Amino acid sequence: MANHVLEDAGSAAQLEVALPHPATSKPARFERFLENERFLAFILLAPAVILLSVFIAYPFVMGVWLSLSSTSVGIPGQFVGIRNFVKAWNDSIFQQTLRNTFVYTFWATLFKLTLGMWLALLLNRHFRGKRIVRASMLLPFIIPTVLSTFAWRWMFDPTFSVLNWVLYRGGFIMTKLPFLSDGAWALWCAIIVNTWRGMPFFAITLLAGLQTINPDLHEAASLDGAGAWHRFWHVTWPLLKPVTIVVVVFSIIQTFSDFQLIYVLTGGGPANSTHLLATYAYQLGVAAGLLGEGAAISLFMFPVLLVVVWIQLRYLRRLEGV
Amino acid sequence: MAKPEHDDLSTLNAVVNRRDFLRVTGAVGVVAAAGGLEGILAAHRAPAYAQGTKLHMVRWVDFIPEADVELKRQMPEASKALGAEVTLETINANDLQPRITAAIQSGSGADIFMFQYNWAQLYANSVVDVSDVANEIAKAEGGFYDVYTPSAKVGARWLAVPHSIIGNAVAYRRSWLKEVGATEYPKTWDEARKVFSQLKKKGKPYGQTLGHTFGDAPTFAYPVLWNFGGAETDASGKKVVINSKGAVESVKFMQAFWKEACDEGGLAWDDTNNNRAFHAGEISASLNGASIYIVAKRQKDKIKDEKGEPMYQDIDHAGLLPAGPAGQFPLYLNHSHAVMKYSKNQKLAKDFLRWLHKKETFEKWFVVNEGYSVAATTVWEKHSMWDKIDKPLQVFRTAARKTRIFGHAGPSTAKATEAFSKYIIVDMYANAVSGKMSAEAAVKWAEGELKKIYG
Repeated sequence: MANHVLEDAGSAAQLEVALPHPATSKPARFERFLENERFLAFILLAPAVILLSVFIAYPFVMGVWLSLSSTSVGIPGQFVGIRNFVKAWNDSIFQQTLRNTFVYTFWATLFKLTLGMWLALLLNRHFRGKRIVRASMLLPFIIPTVLSTFAWRWMFDPTFSVLNWVLYRGGFIMTKLPFLSDGAWALWCAIIVNTWRGMPFFAITLLAGLQTINPDLHEAASLDGAGAWHRFWHVTWPLLKPVTIVVVVFSIIQTFSDFQLIYVLTGGGPANSTHLLATYAYQLGVAAGLLGEGAAISLFMFPVLLVVVWIQLRYLRRLEGV
Repeated sequence: MAKPEHDDLSTLNAVVNRRDFLRVTGAVGVVAAAGGLEGILAAHRAPAYAQGTKLHMVRWVDFIPEADVELKRQMPEASKALGAEVTLETINANDLQPRITAAIQSGSGADIFMFQYNWAQLYANSVVDVSDVANEIAKAEGGFYDVYTPSAKVGARWLAVPHSIIGNAVAYRRSWLKEVGATEYPKTWDEARKVFSQLKKKGKPYGQTLGHTFGDAPTFAYPVLWNFGGAETDASGKKVVINSKGAVESVKFMQAFWKEACDEGGLAWDDTNNNRAFHAGEISASLNGASIYIVAKRQKDKIKDEKGEPMYQDIDHAGLLPAGPAGQFPLYLNHSHAVMKYSKNQKLAKDFLRWLHKKETFEKWFVVNEGYSVAATTVWEKHSMWDKIDKPLQVFRTAARKTRIFGHAGPSTAKATEAFSKYIIVDMYANAVSGKMSAEAAVKWAEGELKKIYG
C-alpha cells in the first residue's frame, strides 16, 4: 500500500484513489442515532449517571447494607435486620451524641445565619476598601478546616490558652476558663469555631442575593416613610428568603454531618460531651472495627437530613409556582 | 556502583545461562525454606524474589524522631539483604487504624502494618499466621513478655510478631517533690495525694489527661482501676464485674485526687499536652513515656528549669503508678508487626521481619531509643545499653514485666477493644472528676456500657 501511494504521489487525483476510503455508511448511521432524542439524551446523561452511581449511589447502598449487617473489619457480616439501630438507640453514648448533634447544628446554624446576614448587610454598603474586606472575609472558609481548628485548639488550650492569658492579664478572670476541659464549655467552643468557619459562606451568598435586589424598591419604601427595620423586613427579607432557605439547608446538612472540626478540637471528649454522629460512627467503625454499627449510627443522620431537604424542595417548588 | 557482596568477578562477567540460573535460584530456595534468613545469609546470595518485588511497611511516626531516622536508614540494607525493595512509611499514630481498615476492606495496601495493643485480636481474620517467625525470635531471645500472649496470640497462633513496648512511667521534678518533703516518688496513692496536694497549692500540680486519646489516658485509667482491685470482667471474660467495691473506691479516690492535686484542664489534654506542660514548668509530674526526659535532654539548651539550668537534670522517673490496695499493675503500649493476608509477598514480609529482629539490626534501633521503646523479649534487659544510659531512663529496663492489657481479668478480645475504643474506663473517671456523676453513678454507667458490649 505504502509503495503504491509513493508511486502515485505526483497526482492528487491518484492519491485520493490510493488512500483507504472511509466507509460512507457509518457516519450516516451515527448521525441518525444522534438525531434520535432518546439516544442523544442517554449519551449526554451517561457520564453524570455513572459518576452519581459510583460515587453516591453505591456508597449509600453499601452503607445501608452495612448498617443492616454484622460486618466488622475483615469479617463479612450477616443480615441482622435493625439490630444495630436498636443497639445504638439503647446506647447512652449514642443518646448523648444525638443530643449534641442537634444542639450543635441548631445553635451553629442560627449564629451563622444571624451573623452572616448582619455581615452581608454591612458589606452591601459602599465604603473604602470594600473589596479587600470582602476578600479577607472569605479566609476562614478558604483555610483547610484541620489547620484552622488546630489554631483554635491552641487558643482554647487548657494550659497555654492565649484567651485565658489575655483575660487574666486584663484582670477579667482569676482562674483559667475551662474552654475544652468542661463538657458544656467544650460544646459551645465547638459551636463558636463552626460559626467562625461557616459564617463567610452565609455572608457571601446572602450578599450575592442582596445585590440582586433592585435599589428602586428601597427608594420607594423610603419615600413612603419606611425606616431601616421596615425596609429590611418588608423589602429585603421577602426577596432574600429563597436564597436564605437554600443556604440554611446546605448549612444544616454540613453542620449535622460535621466531623473534622470535632475530631481535631476535642476528639469527642471530655466524656463524650462533644461527640457528634459522624465522630461516634468513626470511633465505632474504625477504632473498634464495627463497620455495621458505625454505618447504623451514620444512617441516623439520613432521615433528619431527608426531612430538611424535603422541606427545602417543597418550599422552592411553592415559590416557583407563585 | 556499589561493590558486590561477593567479589566473584567471573560471576559478574559471565553470561548467566538458564541452567546456572536454575541452579542458583534453586539453591537459594532450598536454603531459604530450610533455614530462613540465616540460610539466605549463609548462601551469600539474595533470595530469588522476582525483579522489582517491593515490600511496604507502615508504622507510626515515632515520638523519638531519631528512632525513625535509624529505621529508615536500615531500609536500603534490608533491600540489599533480601533482594527486594523495602519501603517504610510513617504516619500519625491515630491514622494507623483508618489505614488498616481501608487496606483490609479494599484488599490492597501495605504488606506489613504496625499493630498496637491487641489489634491482632481485632484483625485476626485479615492477617497471616506468623508463628514461625515469632517462635524463632522467642526461642532465640528467651521468650516474650507475658503481655504479648493476650495481645498478639489468637489461640495457638501468633498473628503479629511482637516488636517493642513503650513503658509509661511517671516523670517528675525531683527538686519540686523535695520542696514538700518527698525525697522519693510516693509509693502509694495516699502518699501521692498528700504530696501533690501540697504541690498544687504551690501552682505545681500533677498533670494527667482523661481525654479521648489513645496513650496516656488509658494507660492511667486502667492501672488505677486495677490497683484498687477493680476489673472489667471476670476471668471468663463473659461476666462484667466492674461494679465492685474496688472500682467505686478508685473513682472516689480519683475525684478527690483530681480536685486537690491535678491540673483540672487535663480533661481536654491529648498525648502531647503533658509533654508541653512539663517542659514549660507548669506541672510537677505526669504519666508518660521516656519522651519528656529524652526530649528535655536532647534540647537542653532550650528546655530549662526556673534556675536556668537544663531541666532534664531535675527529671526522674517512677516506673509504676503508686500502689493501690490491690497492688501495682501498669498498662503499657505494646507494638507488634502483622503481615496482611492480602499481601502478595507474605514470605518476603516474614523474611523481612526476621531480618528486622536480627540482633545486629534490632540493636541499632533499640540503642537509639534509650529506653523509650524496650524490646519484646526479656533478653534485652541484659543489654549493655542499660549501663550506659542516664539513671532516670534505667527504670524502663524491667518495666514491661508486669504490664497487663485491657480486658483484664478476662481475655483481651475484640470486645475489650470495643470498650477501650469507646473510652469507657477513661470516661468513667472523667464523668466523676468533672462532677457530672457521683462515683457510684459513674461506675454504674460504665457497667451498663460494658454489659452492652459483653452481652
